[in-house]
Amino acid sequence: MFAYIGRNVEFALEQAGRVSEMIRSAFFWLIKSKLESQQTFLQGVRIGVASLGVTVLTSLFTGMVLALQSGTTAQSLFNEPVYVGVIVGFSLVRELGPVLTAFVVTGRAGAAITAEIGTMKVTEQVDALYTLGTDPIKYLVIPRYIACMVMLPLLTVFANFFGIFGGYLVSVKGLGVSSYTYISDVRTFLNVEDFMHGFLKSFLFAFVIATVCCYNGLHTKGGAEGVGKATTASVVTSMILILVVDYFASSILVSLGI
Amino acid sequence: MINVKNLKKSFEKNRVLKGVSISVDEGKVLSIIGSSGTGKSTFIKCIIGLLKPDSGEIIVDDKDITQISDDYELMELRKNFGYLFQEGALFDSMSVGENVAFGLKYLTKVPKSEYKKIVAEKLALVGLVGIENMRPSELSGGMKKRVSLARVLAPSPKYILYDEPTSGLDPIRADSIGYLILDLKKKLNVTSIVITHDMSLAYKVSDKIAMLCGGNLVLHGTPKEFKTTKNAMVRQFVDGKREGPIKLVPTGIKTEGDDNI
Repeated sequence: MFAYIGRNVEFALEQAGRVSEMIRSAFFWLIKSKLESQQTFLQGVRIGVASLGVTVLTSLFTGMVLALQSGTTAQSLFNEPVYVGVIVGFSLVRELGPVLTAFVVTGRAGAAITAEIGTMKVTEQVDALYTLGTDPIKYLVIPRYIACMVMLPLLTVFANFFGIFGGYLVSVKGLGVSSYTYISDVRTFLNVEDFMHGFLKSFLFAFVIATVCCYNGLHTKGGAEGVGKATTASVVTSMILILVVDYFASSILVSLGI
Repeated sequence: MINVKNLKKSFEKNRVLKGVSISVDEGKVLSIIGSSGTGKSTFIKCIIGLLKPDSGEIIVDDKDITQISDDYELMELRKNFGYLFQEGALFDSMSVGENVAFGLKYLTKVPKSEYKKIVAEKLALVGLVGIENMRPSELSGGMKKRVSLARVLAPSPKYILYDEPTSGLDPIRADSIGYLILDLKKKLNVTSIVITHDMSLAYKVSDKIAMLCGGNLVLHGTPKEFKTTKNAMVRQFVDGKREGPIKLVPTGIKTEGDDNI
């Protein structure tokens, strides 16, 4: 029993040490060398632009279902669908926008990051980068960090907008809320701090996704099966960590008044 | 000059290199032979810094690689090396031309305008013409190997480490690779370490041959010494005999009196 716990603690500490080493190395190359601009742009397109469609759809329907549920509940309690704009706006901007977008990016782009780097690892392409005068952290990891940390907050802005728009469609066309009421609810009750709250968290989520997915890719072992396992591990670990980080980051931001 | 002293490397409980000492002089070719799994690839991966040895010294141009902890300094030192991977390790996401030009960008100061000419030149050197726009997935195993060799040659490295350069090639191509290694030595004074099972290649290109077995150095000598030695292990390997002191076991290689593997 104690041996089992000890082995797991040792394994966890070893992983933490390797992750720290990767982050240290990423900072080292970021300061010491020129940015791989072509790779960074390419990753920005793959991670950001290619995820836009699915992000918009996810947030649009989330906004619609939020409006539907909150509107019908308010109608049964108060005989009219009040504060639908406020509920949809708050839920999306502070929580669902950043978290759902992070989930979408994890599933779509994060899995691809691990699969691509993992395949390169098991076919010795990562070692080939070393022998051809560049460092895999510099060539593969930093562009993905930057692409994630620029694109995820931008995708979150789109998600917020389309989520609120989805809520508008259901409220105005389905629940009979006036267009003016919905928009004024959103504008009156939502302030800059609410947007900042979600926006800051999306940076942290981007850091989590890039770290987990790049790390698992670089430590892939065992051929095609290993790539599959690493990809699954990346998605599961990222999603769990996003929820954990979400809670703690929200606690800190709320205590700071953001 | 590459001077390796008492190199040891283990993977968990598996002791792959048990204290190997070999040196290669400037402009010379050393071939390393030995059965599969005896630590030949591990040996050259330690030299180029892809693997960190447990102990020992690897002195290249008067610097001990094992003592360098700075990523940048290690990368600068690696720039003198070319490494031919056993399976080629071509970048799937790039064309053949981009693969061959990759090292030019990071290892040399050659202007971009000259990349095309150098790429065509190096591909021609390994017998490939007009395939710059093809993807690695469209190539045969032998072609991949030759493209990979062209990629190694493009930045004109001072040292080249070949991991089985002729495996997967037909005998005529294999022979031409042997001549290419000799040509690089004569014309550009390139120092090479060649890992091979191909004894005809080893005899043809080598100034010295080293045989590894069970993580130990069995013999380090000239091709002539290898042809005439009475060492039973060397004779068994060189003559390709099943019976002898080297026993093939399902999990690896075992020599008589060696219980560590």
